[in-house]
Amino acid sequence: MSDVTVQDTVPAAAPAAIEAPADRVRRLRVGGLMLVFALIGLGLAIFTKGGEATFQLVSGDLQNNLLGLPAQPVALLLGALGVLAAVAYVLRRVPQKYSGWLAIVLGVCFIGAFLCWAAAGKTFPLANQFQGTLNFATPLILGALAGVLCERAGVINIAIEGQFLVGAFTAAVVASTTGSAVAALIAAAVSGVLMALLLAVFSIKYLVNQVVLGVVLVVFATGITGFLFDQFLQEDAAKLNTPDVLSAVKIPGLGDIPFIGPILFNQTALVYLTYIAVAVVTFVLFQTRWGLRVRAVGEHPKAADTVGIRVKRVRYSAVLWAGVLAGLGGAFFTVGYAGSFTKEMTAGNGFIALAALIMGRWHPIGAMVAALFFGFATQLQSQLQIIQTPIPGELLLMAPYLATIIAVAGLVGRVRAPKADGEPYVTE
Amino acid sequence: MHLELSGLTKSFGSLVANDHIDLVIEPGEIHCLLGENGAGKSTLMNMLYGLLQPDSGEIVIDGRKVTITSPSDAIKHGIGMVHQHFMLVPVFTVAENIMLGRENTHPGGVLDRKKANALVSELSERYGFEVDPEALVEDIPVGVQQRVEIIKALTNDASVLILDEPTAVLTPAEIDELIAVMRQLKENGTSIVFITHKLKEVKAIADKITVIRRGKVVGQAEPSATEEQLAELMVGRAVDLVVDKEPAQPQDAVLQVTGLTVIDERGFTAVDNVDLEVRAGEILAVAGVQGNGQTELAEALLGLTPIAAGSIKLSGAELTGKSTRHRLDAGIGYVPEDRGHDGFVGSFTVAENLVLDLFRKAPFGNGLALNTDEIDKNAHARVEEFDIRTQGIDLTVSSLSGGNQQKVVLARELSRPLKLLVASQPTRGVDVGSIEFLHGRIVRERDQGTAVLIVSTELDEIAALADRVAVMYRGKVVGVVPADTPRDELGLMMAGASKTEAHDVAIENPTTLGTI
Repeated sequence: MSDVTVQDTVPAAAPAAIEAPADRVRRLRVGGLMLVFALIGLGLAIFTKGGEATFQLVSGDLQNNLLGLPAQPVALLLGALGVLAAVAYVLRRVPQKYSGWLAIVLGVCFIGAFLCWAAAGKTFPLANQFQGTLNFATPLILGALAGVLCERAGVINIAIEGQFLVGAFTAAVVASTTGSAVAALIAAAVSGVLMALLLAVFSIKYLVNQVVLGVVLVVFATGITGFLFDQFLQEDAAKLNTPDVLSAVKIPGLGDIPFIGPILFNQTALVYLTYIAVAVVTFVLFQTRWGLRVRAVGEHPKAADTVGIRVKRVRYSAVLWAGVLAGLGGAFFTVGYAGSFTKEMTAGNGFIALAALIMGRWHPIGAMVAALFFGFATQLQSQLQIIQTPIPGELLLMAPYLATIIAVAGLVGRVRAPKADGEPYVTE
Repeated sequence: MHLELSGLTKSFGSLVANDHIDLVIEPGEIHCLLGENGAGKSTLMNMLYGLLQPDSGEIVIDGRKVTITSPSDAIKHGIGMVHQHFMLVPVFTVAENIMLGRENTHPGGVLDRKKANALVSELSERYGFEVDPEALVEDIPVGVQQRVEIIKALTNDASVLILDEPTAVLTPAEIDELIAVMRQLKENGTSIVFITHKLKEVKAIADKITVIRRGKVVGQAEPSATEEQLAELMVGRAVDLVVDKEPAQPQDAVLQVTGLTVIDERGFTAVDNVDLEVRAGEILAVAGVQGNGQTELAEALLGLTPIAAGSIKLSGAELTGKSTRHRLDAGIGYVPEDRGHDGFVGSFTVAENLVLDLFRKAPFGNGLALNTDEIDKNAHARVEEFDIRTQGIDLTVSSLSGGNQQKVVLARELSRPLKLLVASQPTRGVDVGSIEFLHGRIVRERDQGTAVLIVSTELDEIAALADRVAVMYRGKVVGVVPADTPRDELGLMMAGASKTEAHDVAIENPTTLGTI
């Protein structure tokens, strides 16, 4: 052996001082979009009519707990701050690591300026806004977590929407017939697992293209729930489709925290289950043997195979556990919120959950944050319709979907999906 | 552990990949399995490791017949394998990769990372590896990744370790270290099966050599055999390992590259301010370990990757900013590094692939329709000229062997008048017989006055072809040296040493392979 001092190892390449061309294009594109939003925000601030914007801090209380702000000065301040953030992004004035925060700063400023504009001279129910955010986000979070589990294991799950529908239907029927909330939730979870089983068998065993398969499963779920609804639920709605909605349970202590207490800790069991699910999925995925194996089969199934891991079995287990979460997410639509089942009531939320998972970069916490963002946008749109802003309602209805596209296309940065996502594992 | 394979047979369709193979591995020996690409070495080892199931034959360990149906069976029986393409999860840490499959856990299946880290540290200390258990695998150099693979096998208490083409990604210095590790393992009683097609390595480390050709064991050899004898056994006929070539008669510069810089998509400087010149009638070989910017350099010359700075001139005419088609029309021929991906369309026929960059012009096409008669005529002529072994010109290229696929690519590129030929890894995955032919054709092209730029990671190929050698390290050309520069010096330059440094150090510290 030589005792040569020359470094015998070869790193891939030296770091560059120059920005990669693709990064530059992305920065300019995203930056341009941010600038547009910042200017819209500033424009809204300029056109904000005088007077006070009042924010209601406790739901249903119109007398006390109100926060009054001078609408235009605050809006102008926020608008200017947003422009500053966008410009800093475009000109690369903060280290790469923190540039994502600029987008968040802009987002918060934009929403703040927008709210001041919309609520000038009126009262905006802020507590309701957050309450509704959580309501809309709960099924999205559960669906996105289901997606995270599947895709981390290498199986693309487009069928979340279908799992939602079947879960919602099953929960409604079981709750109506048995009168038991626990039974309804268990049944919803089981129905989600059955849908997951279809996904698993066809994708893992029969190697069907997973995107096509997912779409087919959604169509299947829409068809079968629609059929059963027409045939039975319509006929005997009183017996089959009048579930009790889960009742809110206030957590002693936590529920008394001002403002956030009633929003976060006076909720139904399903919402608490969702909190737990986020923590559990995060922990399991990154700190346990099963999680390590799930991630391994999603990244490099052959490597997992060569150390004796049964790739297909691990994938089955991940997809089926994901089915539990997606089924519960479906239950939220009926027993968790609306009560009775109606046809296609999940209205594309399964796909929004999919978007949340991508925007959250295949990480449970990220997926939750993205789901909350989507929930916020949806709720804002319905609030604004109530307080009557000059923007047409139809346009506002588009907002969450527009936000989804923008978020998924640009703001997620360089996304890295699990390497073997969507690739069936075939051994010779 | 005494390992015996007897009568192992495996066929894929009509192809018999392994035909009644017998092999005995004694405890504590380094057993080289020598054979060309596609001879069936990997198939054999994959059967031993449980990734493939034999059609017939048996595996006997210490006198007991065993069946191995999965890698976990193999691991249980003390067999470990370091694959040619590493079986590591790039986004996992070293420790995660090593514990994967046999995780130490606290109750409830929670990973015991402390224990895994300690295990990695202990093993890397024992074998003198410097491996940080918490580093992400994608961030560490290939040589270190290989050590992680070895540690992975060792933590499974492997008493037979299979190394599948382990030197392909290493610098000569790293190869030396690997050899030292192998010897140390051998002293501890581990048997090693070393799969390779490189004759020098075999001679340097083997205790015993088994040669495989076309799925059959064709003989045993002693490490004292000459390279020519080994090559003949491997190929089945006498092989000329030296390319016949006259000294180059270089003329005017054809390719002039100045200040070329390429930033890859991750934002790293792949090619760093490179100046190069290739003259008509000479072969300039770009040497370097895989991943030091050679690929990007070749792609930049063809306009396949955008450049950040610099100029590329062909016979004085500026090429930067010009399209790839413009560059081809200007007289550049290109043999890409990954022929299956960039060199041909596998599902197209031999005839079609032979006109992939010519079909637009007469006589093969008129802008509207193809002239199939001319295309067929051309194909017959090329197949004849380049000795392309195919059942017919209507067969798809993907049905040909690697060597014949490469002949199709080279035949097409050489069927236009060229000023410059850029060939990346022209003989990667090609059998020795075809290598001889391809090298001969490249030299003939040079003699016709074409400037030739070869990118190769194989020092043997560099030695055979080059008139001058440019060595690349981390995107920079560390030096341009004459073709007769000793192997050890080239090796050191490939690890970043300058020309003079390399010269001094190489004399004082000869490596194992360099002295053969």
